[in-house]
Amino acid sequence: MNRFQQLVRWTYPRWVILMGIILAIGVMTFPIPQITDPQTRYITLDARQFEFAPHRIHINKGDRVIINFTASDVVHGFYLDGYGIQARVEPGVTKQIEFSAERTGKFRYRCSVSCGSLHPFMIGELVVGPNEPFWRAIALVIIGLFTLLTYRFLTKGTSYEYPTLGASPA
Amino acid sequence: MIKSQRINVFQYVPFLRGVLRSRLFQPVLTISTLFFFTLAIVTGLFGTPVGNRNFGIVFVWIVWWGLLIILLVPFLGRLWCAACPIPVPGEWLQRRGIINRRKGRLSTLRWKFPKRLRNMWLQNFGFLGVAIFSAIILTRPEVSAWLLLGFSLIGIILSILYENRVFCRYVCPVGGFIGLYSLMSPVEVRVQDPQVCATHTPKDCIIGNEYAYGCPWMVFPGTLERNTYCGMCMECIKACPKNNVVINLRPVGSDLMVAKERRLDEAYKAFIMLACALLYSVVLLGPWGWLKQWANMDTLPHWLAYAGVFLLANLLLLPGLFTLTALLSQRLGRIQLPLRQLVTDYAYTLVPLGLTAWIAFSFSLVFTNGSYALGVLSDPFGWGWNLFGTTESTWMPFGSALIPFLQTGILTTGMLFAVNTAYKIAGQHTPNPRQALRGMLPVTGFIMSITFAFLWLYLG
Ligand code: SF4
Ligand code: SF4
Ligand SMILES: [Cu+2]
Repeated sequence: MNRFQQLVRWTYPRWVILMGIILAIGVMTFPIPQITDPQTRYITLDARQFEFAPHRIHINKGDRVIINFTASDVVHGFYLDGYGIQARVEPGVTKQIEFSAERTGKFRYRCSVSCGSLHPFMIGELVVGPNEPFWRAIALVIIGLFTLLTYRFLTKGTSYEYPTLGASPA
Repeated sequence: MIKSQRINVFQYVPFLRGVLRSRLFQPVLTISTLFFFTLAIVTGLFGTPVGNRNFGIVFVWIVWWGLLIILLVPFLGRLWCAACPIPVPGEWLQRRGIINRRKGRLSTLRWKFPKRLRNMWLQNFGFLGVAIFSAIILTRPEVSAWLLLGFSLIGIILSILYENRVFCRYVCPVGGFIGLYSLMSPVEVRVQDPQVCATHTPKDCIIGNEYAYGCPWMVFPGTLERNTYCGMCMECIKACPKNNVVINLRPVGSDLMVAKERRLDEAYKAFIMLACALLYSVVLLGPWGWLKQWANMDTLPHWLAYAGVFLLANLLLLPGLFTLTALLSQRLGRIQLPLRQLVTDYAYTLVPLGLTAWIAFSFSLVFTNGSYALGVLSDPFGWGWNLFGTTESTWMPFGSALIPFLQTGILTTGMLFAVNTAYKIAGQHTPNPRQALRGMLPVTGFIMSITFAFLWLYLG
């Protein structure tokens, strides 16, 4: 076997890993086209100890969002992850929150005013579709798995580090 | 071959041996943590009942927890146990000393700890017992303080009855999972040459000598192969007259492959920790208010139902599904191994998965609420003090746009590590790599489904 053949031998299963990495990068950066037309969304959001109603909101990228924010027991707050939007609302007063949804993904809105014991866990979810980060993550997992399994399949026993260590009594 | 994958840290950082041999090493750590521990208890008992304004809650459940699960356990394994304040009063009591090695045996009643309890089951049930109250413990300073105080008291009582750190080794609910997840850490305390130990008598590392105590964790360093029960207290480094005990760097997760020490109680620890990471992500980080209320004991029947489902998921549902998976693997890979053994072995694939799941969970918890730490530093009791001028610092989530990506990264890494571990474990049971590959497929499916569940909860 000459040098070249050796090199090919060495590289052969490792190509799989390279392919996997390229695929993974591809899937993380592939641009996803906008499919829906932007709209204006009017949302009424009520805060009470220790939840938001609705607890999950679905909109699309590019939408203009107008939230009428109320509190039905004590003073609560609103902080939107990823957007950094913040508001505070007193019972009986409606607060308007306005923004454009420019980032896709799931963003938690949380109470930002200490309102009782479970306050740090008072959370709602705003999903800005298409939920790219989620689907890219799923794709990443599948590519990773596929790469690992293929690599293990191609290398069979050769790169197998623990052939006998502590082999069981079986 | 395994040995050659180790790097003896003392060779490269010689002064470290001196540091670890010093009798001051551990007391310096424990006295510092004891200070914060006492403060956490006192503020918990006497400070404001508002959790996020109380030092006890913020420092224990956000700062300490974040440090422990994101940094200490993954990188340094059980090193926290060397610094932990909980068993310290008990240990000082039985040693009748703090720094210097006092002559003679430990002062205890010298009872024998029951054989049947010398495993992780107490820690498993202890952890679950705490977990079903977590919504309350995490948010009520007083409850949290009593819990910490209670741990320390149990530690003292056990130190009076039994020699050594029986509390840490068999009882502490935190110690259990730190031990399990320390299998992953790239650092270990090991002897350099087991041959030297085999012939060396008397074994100073077990019985102690004038410089050091015998291993407080009741471990014999000479045959130590896994991190789980070594508390990294460094006593054996001080004790060994042959300088045979060292600190090694090693590939992450090496201990997962030590087949002969796998046990069902540890496997259950892996199930419980994974199930709890999932359930906490649903209850605490999810958007479902009613669930939080049930966990928070708004009514007793609600809480009972919640606790019942919680325990069922931990003790039956997840282990049951995993057993089915192992059964499938047994068939597909034609693995000649009793099912129970196979379930136990494969459970170690859930160690990397569980650890990374907890890290992902904690990214969200810690980064979001970390800024409370500034406020309580200046005003630990929530009484309006302003020691460092940071009392009025506002709550500011850190990196909220980044967290989902960090979570994706860490979860994917953990999943791939878990699947690779499944392949190696299957390979320990069948010499044929094809069969190993077929055998690990169902486990791969299980691991993938769990990963998808976490991704859906965090990003979906
Ligand atoms: S004292 Fe040192 S050489 Fe002797 S058994 Fe213990 S670790 Fe080994
Ligand atoms: S093996 Fe050594 S470092 Fe580990 S707990 Fe025992 S004495 Fe401490
Ligand atoms: Cu609130």
